[in-house]
Amino acid sequence: MDYRAMWETLGMDVKTHDLLCEALPGMFGGVFLSQENRPEGMDYFYSVVAEIHGLRPAELVEHKKNGGKVVGTFCIHVPDEIPIAAGAIATGLCSGSQFWVPGGEKKLPVATCPLIKASLGARFDRTCPFFRLADMFVGENTCDGKKKAWEILAEDAPMHIMDIPQMKRPEDYAHWESEVKGYLKRCEELTGNKVTPAKLRDAIILLNKKRKALQRLASFRKLDNIPISGKDMLLVTQIAFYDDPARITEQIHKLCDELDERAKNNVSVFAKGTKRILLTGTPLSIPNWKMHHIIETSGGAVVCEEMCTGIRYYEKCVDESGATVDEMIHNLVERYMGGIHCACFTPNNERIDDIKRLVKEYNADGVIDVNLKFCNIYDIEGYFVERELKKEGIPVLGIETDYTDQDTEQLRTRVGAFIEMLGN
Amino acid sequence: MLYAGVDIGSTAAKAVILSEDKSKIIARRLMPSGWNSRLTADEILAWLLSEERSRDELRITATGYGRVSVPYADSTLTEITCHGKGAAFLGGNDSTVIDIGGQDTKVIILSAGRVIDFVMNDKCSAGTGKFLEVMANRMGLTLPEFFALAENGKAVKISSMCTVFAESEIVSLMGLGTPRENIAAGAVDSVAAKVCTLVSRKSQSGNYFLTGGFCEAPLLVEKLSQALNSEVNTCPDARFAGAIGAALLGK
Repeated sequence: MDYRAMWETLGMDVKTHDLLCEALPGMFGGVFLSQENRPEGMDYFYSVVAEIHGLRPAELVEHKKNGGKVVGTFCIHVPDEIPIAAGAIATGLCSGSQFWVPGGEKKLPVATCPLIKASLGARFDRTCPFFRLADMFVGENTCDGKKKAWEILAEDAPMHIMDIPQMKRPEDYAHWESEVKGYLKRCEELTGNKVTPAKLRDAIILLNKKRKALQRLASFRKLDNIPISGKDMLLVTQIAFYDDPARITEQIHKLCDELDERAKNNVSVFAKGTKRILLTGTPLSIPNWKMHHIIETSGGAVVCEEMCTGIRYYEKCVDESGATVDEMIHNLVERYMGGIHCACFTPNNERIDDIKRLVKEYNADGVIDVNLKFCNIYDIEGYFVERELKKEGIPVLGIETDYTDQDTEQLRTRVGAFIEMLGN
Repeated sequence: MLYAGVDIGSTAAKAVILSEDKSKIIARRLMPSGWNSRLTADEILAWLLSEERSRDELRITATGYGRVSVPYADSTLTEITCHGKGAAFLGGNDSTVIDIGGQDTKVIILSAGRVIDFVMNDKCSAGTGKFLEVMANRMGLTLPEFFALAENGKAVKISSMCTVFAESEIVSLMGLGTPRENIAAGAVDSVAAKVCTLVSRKSQSGNYFLTGGFCEAPLLVEKLSQALNSEVNTCPDARFAGAIGAALLGK
């Protein structure tokens, strides 16, 4: 389908955007379509990616034509249930490609994490439809880079800033609760819809269903014979940030039904002896598939992502028992603050505990701690990750990288050597 | 069956042939990597097949940054695994192996001859052979001349962490009339200090073994020993450690 007219209406720089459209299919094909024995159920997800800037944005355009609003978010500490309950569509905002980085560098120091640079580049260069469609951008001060970058983004985009605490004391939970209440009020103002207990409960149930579907999918990776690649799981997780929640839930279950059959027949997409790798660290936003591709073409299989684009996004559900809006907000805060262990918190021992637990659950042979360049908080926390895992005898490799391909061969050597080390 | 290892690094290509029982090195070959790894690999193949050796009686394992350009290899392995194995063969069974390569510096922790951990320098070339090569070039010297000069120098402090900036720093020092031998000695100290920082990121056994082309640069070995406060062992065959390890791991 040709979406150029839509992109032009959205005020995009269509010519520059064409360059991205030309590059993506080749990159996608090399990473995904080259895999052997892919599950058929992945076809839906491949088709969504094939038209990532067309299919879903067209639905958002339709929603807006009917007076609906779109809320874009950058962080999994921000509860999507709130805008959904207010009748808005919540969407993640893309920031996983080098394509947008130079645009971000026009306004941000080069020594800023690529995720932040790409986010600003996508907006200012007008080369991402999601960054055109959002009626409100929800920024949060999880790190210094984001906190200050949002001030620049605010010069061009309607922002709502949320102040995430950096510790997890009772008063911090209370603070986040008041921030979430403020967010609810802002969403009500934006959409003109009141958030009722029934609507909020529906939103909680809807997103819990999506989480449970992702959990079901992830559980196949605990098997000795893994019926789905890490790349495919990552792709499904990435798409879950954008797609219609009910539709993707159904599609994930369809894929899982197919994997049930594979599991019965001990079908694996990996050769015998493939080393099982758990990834931990900073998020892998679409279309960042670099580490998964390197690992899975070097004798490894990614079995779990202890990341925002992984376990942290779907492992825990929100308590559905709340009766009033206040009770439900309280439950959301428990899940969205208490249940996610980001390096922006101090201390953050729960993350280390999670990694150790997940290594056992997914029977990982080793851990790769992969961090985006210039992400200080994760980089520094890597000290504890390495030390604590080694105490348990779990091999760990630290990697720092960005969105470019220039370090691919060096990463191949490191990852290859790590996998060889696990095998000897 | 003879076992051959081919290690194509960024600067030098190394190849060895081991005896049937893998206990002795029976032939060695060292050459510049040149501008085309494929041509270098072909030249090495011709050498491997000289002296009436046939391809069928050779088990060839390739390693190093150019390992993908050795189409005739029976298998490939990363240089980390191979340097570890090679260093163990040369006497560093339980040691911290330091390999200063042309573009990478690696620290490999061996336990009973097995690699149990490793770390490589970041993308930047500070603390690698490239750093000294650039500095020597800047001063119009070959590396042996550069080391000879540094022997008699009183090291000046070179503080830049980056090769490109360090080069400008050296230009300023030369502009100030700083004696060349002092600058050369400073550059060698700088590499030793950077390697020492990399080593300190890993648990060390205190037993160090240097591999790579600087195995016959006594000044660097001495400076490294000083920086690490511990003796650093090496031997002339240590430049072949990657190739030896590759040959040993051939099946």
